[in-house]
Amino acid sequence: MTIHAITVLGHDRPGIIADTTARLAGLGLNLEDSTMTRLRGHFAMTLLCAGEATTEAIRADLEPIASDGTLTVTVYELPEEQAPAVAGRLFVLSVHGGDRPGIVSTVTAEIAAVGGNITDLTTRLSGELYVVVAELELPADADVAVLEASVKRVTQELGVDATLRPIEADDL
Amino acid sequence: MSINERVLSWTEAELGVEGKVLDVVRAPAHVLSVPGKDVDPAAPETVQLAADLIATMRVSPGCVGLAADQVGVSARVFCVDVSTHVKTRTHHGTYVLCNAEVVEASRNEKAREGCMSVPDLTGDVKRASRLKVRGQLPVTGETVEIVTDAFEARCLQHEIDHTNGLLFIDRVAGAHALHQRQTYL
Repeated sequence: MTIHAITVLGHDRPGIIADTTARLAGLGLNLEDSTMTRLRGHFAMTLLCAGEATTEAIRADLEPIASDGTLTVTVYELPEEQAPAVAGRLFVLSVHGGDRPGIVSTVTAEIAAVGGNITDLTTRLSGELYVVVAELELPADADVAVLEASVKRVTQELGVDATLRPIEADDL
Repeated sequence: MSINERVLSWTEAELGVEGKVLDVVRAPAHVLSVPGKDVDPAAPETVQLAADLIATMRVSPGCVGLAADQVGVSARVFCVDVSTHVKTRTHHGTYVLCNAEVVEASRNEKAREGCMSVPDLTGDVKRASRLKVRGQLPVTGETVEIVTDAFEARCLQHEIDHTNGLLFIDRVAGAHALHQRQTYL
């Protein structure tokens, strides 16, 4: 049993997911984690699937999807990996303001500096407005107040606003 | 839910001035990110602002609330009217609140919301569905408490956030809770 990562990028049209996943099912592959979205109108999907098919067989089977040149498909085998247990605390960081280069790199550098790991990230450019929403895992011993102050400082220098909030999961 | 009859009976006729339609400011305008100043509810500029907010809300399709910072004024004033919205349960008609604050909030519910000042994005935001808010009515400065639920509660929290310099973007539930909107109704 191997795990393959498949990415499909390019011009959006109806049926890409149906076509791709039908081909994978035909190869006996089991779809595991996946994510798909549109980025400025472009189709962007990453699938992880498990099965016995070889990388070459998957590439050959998916080739017709990209044959008209509007989509790019990549297939890579991944090593088996267990999702690490979350040892720290989870937060959501929202950043918004006028678009300019360096917002993501500057803010994420502050998170990395305290050992924080970004587990999910969305950025959107909407006219002049740039929005970053990141989910972070901070080590148990990370000083949240210090991180909040450093994020506030760098975002003020960039002329954007930031909010850091704990992720609250409601047990029902 | 106990209705505040004073607020329900309030109309913009009490303002005694004609409202002007103002331009709505869009993010990343700085005014949307700074806490508004407390206002004197009886001051002529506050009364005119209240009338202008209602006039602007009325001409904006689908608009159920508008805060002063959305028309470029950094002041703790907003108007609300959710009376015709399909998700409304309890409501208090059209009203303006000055210097409003949340007194009690409970029963969080997540829902997708948008904002005239962030027209191309929406976000999933968790907000209290039972709410008590305290504020002052313009002109008289009477302090009123509004106890409400459902959509009016969400709208009030959204507007009070505006008066504190916060957008829904500051409250989205996670990285996949921010969405591009194709059309703005």
